[in-house]
Amino acid sequence: MINFIYLTILLPLIGFLINGLFGSKIKNEKVIGIIGSAAVGLAFLVSLGAFFQTLGLPVEQRSNTVELFTWLNVAGLNIKFGYLVDQLSLVMSLIVTGVGFLIHVYSIGYMHGDKGYWRFFSYLNLFIFTMMNLVLGDNFLVLFLGWEGVGLCSYLLIGFWYDKRFEKGTVAQAAKKAFIVNRIGDFGFLLGMFLIYSTFDSLNFSEVFSKVQHFPVSETTFSLIAIFLFIGATGKSAQIPLYVWLPDAMAGPTPVSALIHAATMVTAGVYMVSRASIIFASAPAVMTIVAIIGLLTALFAATMGLVQNDIKKVLAYSTISQLGYMFLAAGVGAFSASIFHVMTHAFFKALLFLGAGSVIHAMHEQQDIQNYGGLKKYMPVTYLTFLTAALAISGFPGFSGFFSKDEILWYAFSNGNFIFWFIGVFTALLTAFYMFRLVSLTFYGEERFKHTQQHASEGRGEFENVPHPHESPKVMTVPLIILGILSVIGGFIGIPALFSGEGGNNFESWLEPIFKPAEEKLAYTGMYTHAQEILLMTISVAVALAGIYAAYYIYTKKPDIAGTMAKKFKGIYTLLFNKYYVDEFYEAAVVQPIQKGAEKILWKFTDTFIIDGIVNGAAKLIDKISGTIRKMQTGVAQFYAVIMMVGIAAVLLWLILGI
Amino acid sequence: MEQNHLLTYLLLTPIAGSLLILFLKEENPKLIRWLGFLISIAAFIISLFVYFGFDASAADFQFQDKILWIKSLNVSYFVGVDGISLLLILLTTFLTPLTLLSSWKAIEKKVKMFTFMMLFLETGMIGVFMSLDMFLFYIFWEAMLIPMYFIIGIWGGEQRIYASVKFFIYTMFGSLLMLVAIIWLAVYASGPLGSFTTNLLDLYKVGPSVPREIQSWMFFAFLLSFAIKVPIFPLHTWLPDAHVQAPTAGSVILAGVLLKMGTYGILRFCLPLFPQSAVYYAPFISMLAIVGIIYGALVAMVQPDMKKLVAYSSVAHLGFVVLGIFAMTEEAVQGAVIQMINHGLSTGALFLLVGVIYERTHSREIAYYGGIAKLIPVYCAVLMITSLSSIGLPGLNGFIGEFLILLGSFKSSVLNSWWFTVFAASGVIFAAVYLLWMYQRVVFGTVKNPELQNKLTDMTARELIVIVPILIFIVWIGIYPSTFLDMTRLSTEKILRSVGSFTLSLVK
Repeated sequence: MINFIYLTILLPLIGFLINGLFGSKIKNEKVIGIIGSAAVGLAFLVSLGAFFQTLGLPVEQRSNTVELFTWLNVAGLNIKFGYLVDQLSLVMSLIVTGVGFLIHVYSIGYMHGDKGYWRFFSYLNLFIFTMMNLVLGDNFLVLFLGWEGVGLCSYLLIGFWYDKRFEKGTVAQAAKKAFIVNRIGDFGFLLGMFLIYSTFDSLNFSEVFSKVQHFPVSETTFSLIAIFLFIGATGKSAQIPLYVWLPDAMAGPTPVSALIHAATMVTAGVYMVSRASIIFASAPAVMTIVAIIGLLTALFAATMGLVQNDIKKVLAYSTISQLGYMFLAAGVGAFSASIFHVMTHAFFKALLFLGAGSVIHAMHEQQDIQNYGGLKKYMPVTYLTFLTAALAISGFPGFSGFFSKDEILWYAFSNGNFIFWFIGVFTALLTAFYMFRLVSLTFYGEERFKHTQQHASEGRGEFENVPHPHESPKVMTVPLIILGILSVIGGFIGIPALFSGEGGNNFESWLEPIFKPAEEKLAYTGMYTHAQEILLMTISVAVALAGIYAAYYIYTKKPDIAGTMAKKFKGIYTLLFNKYYVDEFYEAAVVQPIQKGAEKILWKFTDTFIIDGIVNGAAKLIDKISGTIRKMQTGVAQFYAVIMMVGIAAVLLWLILGI
Repeated sequence: MEQNHLLTYLLLTPIAGSLLILFLKEENPKLIRWLGFLISIAAFIISLFVYFGFDASAADFQFQDKILWIKSLNVSYFVGVDGISLLLILLTTFLTPLTLLSSWKAIEKKVKMFTFMMLFLETGMIGVFMSLDMFLFYIFWEAMLIPMYFIIGIWGGEQRIYASVKFFIYTMFGSLLMLVAIIWLAVYASGPLGSFTTNLLDLYKVGPSVPREIQSWMFFAFLLSFAIKVPIFPLHTWLPDAHVQAPTAGSVILAGVLLKMGTYGILRFCLPLFPQSAVYYAPFISMLAIVGIIYGALVAMVQPDMKKLVAYSSVAHLGFVVLGIFAMTEEAVQGAVIQMINHGLSTGALFLLVGVIYERTHSREIAYYGGIAKLIPVYCAVLMITSLSSIGLPGLNGFIGEFLILLGSFKSSVLNSWWFTVFAASGVIFAAVYLLWMYQRVVFGTVKNPELQNKLTDMTARELIVIVPILIFIVWIGIYPSTFLDMTRLSTEKILRSVGSFTLSLVK
């Protein structure tokens, strides 16, 4: 199957073309949905086949390249549409097509009745197509093709309901913001590529990475390359300072949030950093920056997640925070832990979003968790699966998130330092807390939607808006169940050596050949005992349980505590609720000055007043001068005769005096 | 060398056809339109023959055709093509029939005159790209001004007279200096070559030996004329006016082909004729190009008029081309050439698309529209693809050009600083800002203006026939640019070799 890996790219493309070109004529939702899902499902089977085939190969033959045709061939630059099938890209493509397939199936139910049904599925397929280019490309340029392509799909899908309003603005504004903020990151990525090419004369992974290890290149150059690439990653993976687009991206349909803005696309930055691990490992200073940015983002986003009332917003900040963990891992050299968390996060975060979608569906597009409550009995499957995912992300022992997060925290301590670990654990506490705040307010306690519905019905007599919560259809719940199972057992392939003994961590040893050069370069030699590992693990479990219980207690048992706390810490609460006013700051410090400056200074002043003023002024001046000169042409012969005489006299005078 | 008259046939087809059209009766616009269209198609087919006969593995000018014209001045009718000029000729013959087809409804008055002017213009443009004699080049260069002047002045918008006069004076001013320089060079050549000559291939041999100080003057005399045409900042202010006032067909040709004559001129004359000066002033001109990239993008962003927005975006896009040329690396110059084609396709298509809705509503104000996605979905999809091509999304044509230019300028030893690329690359961000913002305001949201519901209808079959061929090339160049890059490789290398020795001395 390795040789047919291009099918994983081709099939979604075909699906996109069929639904995109003929979707409006097909009309039948089933047919459209099945075409879209089948394209991705088949791509998943191909990836799976390639995975097993690779698994059967000896370790040193597990990296294979499939080349299609030349893309760019200019001077020394030779770029092919080449696809790399190795341990890392296989993990990523299994996640993308596997989780992608489940979300496609879910969307068949979720998007039922939408007039843009065919458009939705064609965009989703286009996304899988571009995302597969991103993860499979064997050079930076094909990766970048996918990178920009997923950005486009994200733009199209955030703006899917383009005529709707979103918070203070419109859906279309949210979409544009996502694209432009991403472009700022891409600017860094581009510069990184230029520097790679001018240093190593190639953009091909295998060539560049082998040259990195042997070329005498200064650390400054490596640092610049790494920092440029990382700027790209902060855009796509929503890290400080470019994270601002992701909360707004929630304007898109919920399956989109699950697929693109949680499970796959936003992890592209993590993938890219891991893929270029040897470059980052050659720039230790930048590694530290990556770790710190990741850590700060994790903490910062988690605090904002504490007070959000929109179910999807909470999950969005949670995603930003979890991505921060992944960068923390990469920054301390634990690349495979980072990818491990990409995988488990894909399971439980996709599940959380799909569960949220199921709730939103049941509550008639109501997204404010203050108007939920007690939904547990109405939608048992959604509840159970959502709870599973919440336990997983909180790091409940035995669940997938426990293993991946704990591994990251362990490396933050052993390769990093105590402060990294401490902030990481503190963020884990916040994570458990905001997740179970969400679970409590949604599924437990009083059924608050009844009040709102009564108010609504008394006030306006709108009975049709009264939500009757109900479980979602099978086509939506089955994907939830599958993801639920994965959220539980998905961690077992990465059980730390501490528990599994001799064999070691399976996931880590699978990826080991990819990260070996980087790890050798970094050569972390910290000596730590099992006792320490167990101690730290115990602390993080305790912290998770504390967070879960605290949230449950405050929001289910004693709901008034929350209100009093919000009042007591009004300043902090307002600051968090308004997301530290970062959006407002960017608007005032960047967007407005550029816009106003462009209009007033560049266009109206420089262009119209100065340049055109000079051009038109010159024209007028010539007009004036010629007008004056014209007056000398009086047509009176005597006048000409006088002028002539004066002229002759002058010439004669000059001749006489001159000699 | 064996004489081949194919290029002459190509050159004569539109002009002969345009004369034929003069014999038709004004009362029968349908016949005139069809005949004009067919003539331009014939020219396109002939240009395809040239393309298939072209040998990309030879760096020389091919299909040379030479007849002594003015004996006393040693001026010849001398034409020939290399990869670069052939590509631009193909762009011209490709776009002309499309613009004629697009004017089917838009041009109602004086159809005969219009068709005549368009075909006359086509000959002028083709002539510019194939001339290998400076005198002949100059004639075509100036001749082309005349039909363009009339196209803006007769079929243009409300302020067409102001715009057409401004266009004429701006460009005329530049070309007069070029004429002086041509004459000086031809006189100078009579020293080493023994006779006064305007033969470009001969002048290539003597250009580099012109004393440095005089060479700078020559260089700038040529450059000024080309810079106005490109336009390079700050000589660009004729462009927005001309574009806004010109009819759709005029804007398409203006953006698609005319601007390229400036960059083509720089590549064909300024670099190989005056290599020392070109190398010496490259950083300065690149700086202007970068100012153009950022300035054009920012000013485009705040335009209330769609056509003006696209016009200013041209300033930014052409800035990339100029930067690519003066970076003088193979990647950058190849990128610049392909970017000339890209800009012709993408911006041409954008002007066509603005024209499509303008024909229906007679408004180009962005604020007038909003929410048209619901009303005319096919149009909006096409506009999306075209905008993305202009933004430089990988997989579409614009990316190939921009990427190669930026990559080439990054490692350029002539520019010898990353800052050029860093600033130019920021243009990539701004392009997304102004186009997506326009798209959002025009296409998304709810239908604010009830008039639109009645006035707007989706694209007709004729309009699709005009736009689809362009879209095909937008994707083709994006996915498989080798078709075009291979054509221009040797020609680019040849130009770079002529400046190469002077770059090396600079590095040292």
